[in-house]
Amino acid sequence: MSLKRKDLLSLAPLSVDEIRLILQTADSFKEVTGREIKKVPALRGRTVVNLFFEPSTRTRTSFELAAKRLSADVINFSPSSSSVVKGETLLDTARNIEAMQADIIVLRHPSAGAAEALARGVKSSVINAGDGWHEHPTQGLLDLYTIRERGLSFEGLRVAIVGDIAHSRVARSNIHALVKLGAEVRVVGPPTMIPSGVDKLGARVYYNFDEALRGVQVIMMLRLQLERQGKALFPTIREYARLYGLTAERVRLADPGVIVMHPGPINRGVEIAPEVADSLSSVILDQVANGVAVRMGILYLLSGAN
Amino acid sequence: MIDPGRFNGVADVLIDEGRVVAVGPHLKVPAGAAKIDATGRLVLPGFVDLHVHFREPGFEYKESIQSGAAAAVAGGFTSVCCMPNTNPVNDNQAITELMLDRARAAGLANVFPIGAITKGSEGKELAEIGDLRRAGCVAISDDGKPVMNSLVMRRAMEYALAFDVPVVDHCEDLHLAEGGCMNEGAISTELGLPGMPAAAEDVMVARNVALAELTGARLHLAHLSTEGSVRMVREAKSRGLHVTAEACPHHFTITEEVVRGYNTYAKMNPPLRTWKDVQAIKEGLRDGTIDVIATDHAPHASQEKQLGFTEAPFGIVGLETALPLTFALVDEGVLSLESAVDKLSTAPGKVFGLAKGTLAVGADADVTIVDQQEQWEVDPAKFRSKSRNTPFAGWKVKGRVRTTIVGGRVVFEAGQAEG
Repeated sequence: MSLKRKDLLSLAPLSVDEIRLILQTADSFKEVTGREIKKVPALRGRTVVNLFFEPSTRTRTSFELAAKRLSADVINFSPSSSSVVKGETLLDTARNIEAMQADIIVLRHPSAGAAEALARGVKSSVINAGDGWHEHPTQGLLDLYTIRERGLSFEGLRVAIVGDIAHSRVARSNIHALVKLGAEVRVVGPPTMIPSGVDKLGARVYYNFDEALRGVQVIMMLRLQLERQGKALFPTIREYARLYGLTAERVRLADPGVIVMHPGPINRGVEIAPEVADSLSSVILDQVANGVAVRMGILYLLSGAN
Repeated sequence: MIDPGRFNGVADVLIDEGRVVAVGPHLKVPAGAAKIDATGRLVLPGFVDLHVHFREPGFEYKESIQSGAAAAVAGGFTSVCCMPNTNPVNDNQAITELMLDRARAAGLANVFPIGAITKGSEGKELAEIGDLRRAGCVAISDDGKPVMNSLVMRRAMEYALAFDVPVVDHCEDLHLAEGGCMNEGAISTELGLPGMPAAAEDVMVARNVALAELTGARLHLAHLSTEGSVRMVREAKSRGLHVTAEACPHHFTITEEVVRGYNTYAKMNPPLRTWKDVQAIKEGLRDGTIDVIATDHAPHASQEKQLGFTEAPFGIVGLETALPLTFALVDEGVLSLESAVDKLSTAPGKVFGLAKGTLAVGADADVTIVDQQEQWEVDPAKFRSKSRNTPFAGWKVKGRVRTTIVGGRVVFEAGQAEG
């Protein structure tokens, strides 16, 4: 079986079979990343371009590592976001990259829809590494992989996604995928951070964190963008942390086997207490490790190398 | 021949020296007169568009007064009112005069400039509204940059009373809509696009109605797009306030669904709304709450619309598609043919006091001849406008302008080849 797509732009249109295929493919690469020599020749001679219009360390590094472990040539291209402001059209950007004979373009862009626009303009495969508030599909997939690795089954799984849902592409990708796989998704946060109509995506809305935690097997914390304070979304970091910070006490309200996730980077003491981040229930570092394997799987499937 | 409120039947129209001199069945044709056979077609008072953006001066690469006027007459519009968001802003007599000069040179549609409410449309100090009026402005508006300060808006409405000039507002609370680029709701959430809630329009409609009541000004509300706006205007009219309103074809034809795929041709302000809003706009047109159909013709160059959805500018062209989209409401039973013509011609003439939009004896001979049944496909490559930004490309539509006459002169004839 193979992925019959040129691009990976979002999880919304993926079928359950496609999601399962990606997770299974990641399994074999997870094994590779555990070897002493962590490299396979699958993508030798292929070129992967990391095109990042937004600062990112971990996602870019994760993609770079994934591509290198597949023996692809990797180029990091980080146009200053001012060239976007200066008005170069996405189509022109796309043509420039295409002229470099890239097989796969990994795009991070501050505008929702940028990856879709790029994918329409180029023959290369495009992987969305985050577009505005829209989606971050590889993060969603590595989250799924981490849940599955813990032996949890998606059907009927109770997941709480907590924080600034409105401005989170991680939340959107996870909601789409988890709902598709049969999980019960609860979104939790102050009403100012819950986007209108999110229930239509299949999520249940909670404003009370404690109530939302009852019986959940997965708690997915989102990073609070501290700079949003003062934009009338929440009064103070202090109050936010009191209402929506994950403490050890709160963890006890959830299912006894609950796992705690976070896409990073974490704000210790704000959305997550240090002792929770470092606890046995935390799978935050597993997420990072799995990110490489999952991205290897995606690069491999999209390259048509299988 | 339809002259809304005056005549609806088969008739000849005799034009001399740029004016209508006789209307009636079987008129005697004076010797040597040119004849246009409009048998089986609709002979209508030329359409009047209260809301266009011709980008001259400043953004002629998007549209000039010449190209905009050519697009207007191709769409059956014999008179157009140009918003002041040019560069420099039309906030003084010199710009108004330049626009009128360019319009005369183009010699196509009648062009009526709309002056700015405030200097530079910055919402702070009043523009020289008296001078603007004297130079030929027919209304005042800060259009895309609505006056947020309610005291300034109050003073503008009061001051405008001295010149009997309508005050036009684009109703948008800039704080509520900040950063938004489409209607706020489930679709903006799914697409991850910043939304503009319907309330951003509604609160400003409410404010403007309250200020019109306070001042007695002639208030005209541009491009209503929400159910709430229609409801408030209906209520204001029922209390006898001097409030008029317009709606755009796109707001009664398509919904926010069209944004999917990050289609920048579906990005305009106010944004495309929901099915419920579309129904409310239609009901407002039907019951007379909305007086006028205007296009908000907003040309942008292709490289601008090729930017990402959040960066691309708001606006679509509308002059060359307004007629069939409006006539679709006739086929749907929302409007009678006569009231559709009224909303394109007669009502807008009255709202701005233009002495246009009628074929009464003595009126300017601005005439649009339409084939109501002709079907055609919208092909932006054939637009007279310099810009192609329309969400209606490829649409199969019905109703087509065959001949446009301005001041007794034929300024547009649809080519046989295109028929």
